[in-house]
Amino acid sequence: MKLINLDYISANPILPEVQEAMIAALRDNYGNPSSPHQLGDLAAEALQKARESTARLINSPSPQEIVFTSGGTESINQAIKGVAMANSKKGNHIVTSNIEHNAVLRTLRRLRMLDYKVSSVAVDENGRVNPADVAKAITDQTILVTIMHSNNEIGTIQPIEEIARITREQKIPLHCDAVTSVGVIPVDVRKLGVDLLSFSANQFYGPSGVGGLYVRSGTALWPLLDGGVQENNKRAGTENLIGIIGLGAAAELAIRDMDSRISHCLTLKKKLIQGLEETIDDLFINGHPELSLPNLVSVSIKYIEGEGIVLMLDEEKILVSTRSACAAGALQASHVLLAIGRDFADAQGTLVITFGQETIAEDIDRFLGVLKTVVQTLREMSPLYKK
Amino acid sequence: MYSNTVMDHFKNPRNVGEIENADGIGEVGNPLCGDMMSIYLKIENETIKDIKFKTFGCGAAIAVSSMLTEMAKGKTLEEAKKITNKSVAEALEGLPKNKLHCSNLGADALHLAIQDYEDKKAGIVRPKPKREDKHNHEEHEGGEKCTCPYCSIEVTEDALFCTGCGHMLKELH
Repeated sequence: MKLINLDYISANPILPEVQEAMIAALRDNYGNPSSPHQLGDLAAEALQKARESTARLINSPSPQEIVFTSGGTESINQAIKGVAMANSKKGNHIVTSNIEHNAVLRTLRRLRMLDYKVSSVAVDENGRVNPADVAKAITDQTILVTIMHSNNEIGTIQPIEEIARITREQKIPLHCDAVTSVGVIPVDVRKLGVDLLSFSANQFYGPSGVGGLYVRSGTALWPLLDGGVQENNKRAGTENLIGIIGLGAAAELAIRDMDSRISHCLTLKKKLIQGLEETIDDLFINGHPELSLPNLVSVSIKYIEGEGIVLMLDEEKILVSTRSACAAGALQASHVLLAIGRDFADAQGTLVITFGQETIAEDIDRFLGVLKTVVQTLREMSPLYKK
Repeated sequence: MYSNTVMDHFKNPRNVGEIENADGIGEVGNPLCGDMMSIYLKIENETIKDIKFKTFGCGAAIAVSSMLTEMAKGKTLEEAKKITNKSVAEALEGLPKNKLHCSNLGADALHLAIQDYEDKKAGIVRPKPKREDKHNHEEHEGGEKCTCPYCSIEVTEDALFCTGCGHMLKELH
């Protein structure tokens, strides 16, 4: 039986071209980019090439504005804590939304322990932030606004350009967690007008453990890691060159194939949503109907719990992700689903289905067929299901 | 993540369903906190002749329900009262730490079902326990202790954040 991976958001498969670039580098390009000899030069050249590819992917004016990191979480921590530290004499207030990733939320919780104040803007039932609410939340103490580009649970895309107009006017730095967007849909830092933007290679067919932070030149930022002068003094430590080469190769492919990937995913997404609505009663499709990621479908299936669905699908070699509190281990319903108005019980039965260029229509058909049986089995076991 | 026994009981749950005109019914948990379990008993000569369950919850919660019904079936009421959440978890060859709360439901539901039967027999009418929005930690036998869901160290019930790992806990209580 073929393995059907509908959990791309946990980690994308690494494309063959990316693998080859990384394997070649493992063999021949193991040097330290800081060394002033030929092995160092070779490494520095590869590093610069990856930086240029990455800059092109997000239309950064200068490759020097890219800081390579260990992934989305580090980029987000660096952006938020770095701006908070650099501006601690100016103010102590940060504005965010109530559907951010935990990397943002828990970073802000940590800062609250250091007496930073956080205002959280609520989203509407589709998961969209209203820019006017951001404007209202800003005070004379505000030193940072951080809003995600697209949501990792429901896919909703935020009006970052409009938010940036507000922050620019007030001269407040804007960080955008674009981890689930970069390499998937067009992200143009110049057009968006952001000051900082986080991304990760494993969302566009690159390896896990490597990502980046765009830092507009002139943005006040303290590094999280002090030491050497790597990454323009913004991130000390010898570079993860093999990973960065993988990121660069994945960025090149994303630039080349983005349009065809998007249209392929949109066809699958339409088919999947239609199929879900036809196959299973009592469900919600979460997120904005149009302004949403093309490669993600979030569905809340009533009367049952998500971890059970994931385990049963896994038996049939179909992989999906759930946002149930049980599976998360935190015994908390997803803050994103609660924010868009799902109740605790409905949030429990939520699946996040993500796919990509290797996914084919037959995969969706097989998933829908198996899901129907699984839902029936679990509902028959559920005291909430009365039919 | 789960032991083979847990997976077996999750994939092939025993005694799923309801019993019409059950002699005792026990309901615990609440969908708001993630799990809900109903136990139905058929009792003859103070012995559990038949037992069925319905559960809304994760793989562990379903496996716990299934194992519990297997353990209770055929036992006298006095024997069945001795089944504890711990003994169910042990029969399942253990549960992951963050899933232990699921096992807290099983024996509680059984004990409530037995109490329901005994109350009916004695003619006692008890108000149905009100379902609360938040987890009531004291309800669970053996589950009184709160642990941090992130690092599993013990915390006080009103702790704002975990003294071990620093995670905010307020909204969990």
